[in-house]
Amino acid sequence: MITITNVEKSFQGLRVLKGISLSIEDHEIYGIIGQSGAGKSTLLRCINGLETFDAGEINIDGTIVNTKNKKDLRALQKRIGMIFQNFNLLERLDVYDNIALPLKFWGIKPKSKESKERILNLIHLVGLDEKIHAKPKELSGGQKQRVAIARALVLNPQFLLCDEATSALDPEITKGILSLLQKINKELGITIVVVTHQMEVVKQICSKVAFLSDGRVLSEGKPEELFIMPANKEIKSFLRDGSEQLPKTGVNIQLFFFGEGSEEPVVTQMARELKEDFSICWAKLEDFRENVYGSLVLNMKEEDKERVCEFLNKKNVHWEVLD
Amino acid sequence: MGIISNASMTSVILKALWQTLYMVFWSTLFSVIIGFIPAVVLTLTAPDGLHPQKAVYEVLSFLINVFRSFPFIILLVLVIPFTRLVVGKAIGTTASIVPLTLSAIPFIARIMENALRETNHGVIEAAKSFGASDIQILFRVYVKESVPRMLNGVILLIISLVGYSAMAGTVGGGGIGDIAIRFGYQQYKTDYLVVCSLILIVFVQIIQMIGNYLYKKLS
Repeated sequence: MITITNVEKSFQGLRVLKGISLSIEDHEIYGIIGQSGAGKSTLLRCINGLETFDAGEINIDGTIVNTKNKKDLRALQKRIGMIFQNFNLLERLDVYDNIALPLKFWGIKPKSKESKERILNLIHLVGLDEKIHAKPKELSGGQKQRVAIARALVLNPQFLLCDEATSALDPEITKGILSLLQKINKELGITIVVVTHQMEVVKQICSKVAFLSDGRVLSEGKPEELFIMPANKEIKSFLRDGSEQLPKTGVNIQLFFFGEGSEEPVVTQMARELKEDFSICWAKLEDFRENVYGSLVLNMKEEDKERVCEFLNKKNVHWEVLD
Repeated sequence: MGIISNASMTSVILKALWQTLYMVFWSTLFSVIIGFIPAVVLTLTAPDGLHPQKAVYEVLSFLINVFRSFPFIILLVLVIPFTRLVVGKAIGTTASIVPLTLSAIPFIARIMENALRETNHGVIEAAKSFGASDIQILFRVYVKESVPRMLNGVILLIISLVGYSAMAGTVGGGGIGDIAIRFGYQQYKTDYLVVCSLILIVFVQIIQMIGNYLYKKLS
């Protein structure tokens, strides 16, 4: 478990982290999302000591991160793997040797029978059996990230930190990498911390998420709780895709459907019961891991608003009036 | 007469070629080994290095610039006492290795510094994240990734040492350049001048070709 308490950090007088607190449970896939410059990458780098911080505490299973004690820090880093946006592979080493590199840092012979087995297993896990002796420049972006993932796992870490790991990849390749991360989380029980600005990443794999803005945690919780009915203005504007052209006349009401709620034909029932017509002007279905969540926007006359709200409350449907 | 002069020309030039190879080889070897040390110190203490130390970096950098700006021919004379101390004499092919090496050290140090510092910063960060120590990062990442670039620098060094070795002829170092000046220029023997120039052109071409081949092979 990683517990971050009141972490503060400044770069040359500029406060980047303004008292961040959050906790990451074991076996979770925890997302840290926000605009660029929100401090997400800095926070991630504080966890494995790549970055120092000025105040606060980071506690990893009882060990306190202390960048001044190099020996302890190295021991901690051994337990935390990391992958990066630009993969950061050594250009002159082939796939096998890149994955073996962390072993060398720990004095483990990469050619020993045990290491060989371990490395080949990892290569198989990430699906690069055909590319064992390829150099990075012969690989695509997605393949490079797979090598980086294998490399990050070679020391048997408990945690895997992902710093914008899919930001340089196209959507299809991103999906492949995300399902690989999910597999690693499930099969190896590794806790994964994902820093990203991509909603898809959070929606597809994260069980919990923190929304960072300007060095602060604005909100923390399950992604579906945070993003389907965002309470916070800033999160709302982060999610807005700009395509929502809603009618300027009448009232727009947004309805939210979670799980069972989506099976009842609420809208048609309401039309029949209230003997009114509504136009549906916007609707969206979203996948959050295995669950589907929907929302739609109805446009109606001002005078119907009260009756509609009453009806929706009776049906236990979440709604809000849009301005 | 023609045959005799040709035979002596061949032996004169072969001997000179040997002297050039001898001077260039040893001065390259020594300067690369010695120059590697300041290159590493500069890389580590640079603002983007593992241990930024502004003062150390600036002072060392300044010293290297000072030594690089010395005209070789002046350095040659200035270091005579030092040469005598190291080799036992100030004149001859072996003696000229000392000034050649001294002038090459700051040159190759700067080139190797640049080669090392071109290492992708992200790769260094990745190594850090796996718990690599500084010495491991230095050799397993910086040096490992920079080998082709450093090799390019050594090729550049060899080629400029060939040029400098011609000047070393003036302290009795011999070599192809020396023959070209003494026989070809001062005694008006154009054939010597032409042959020496051709040998130097071919020599430089071969070195560059080997360098390009190795660069491709290593990177």
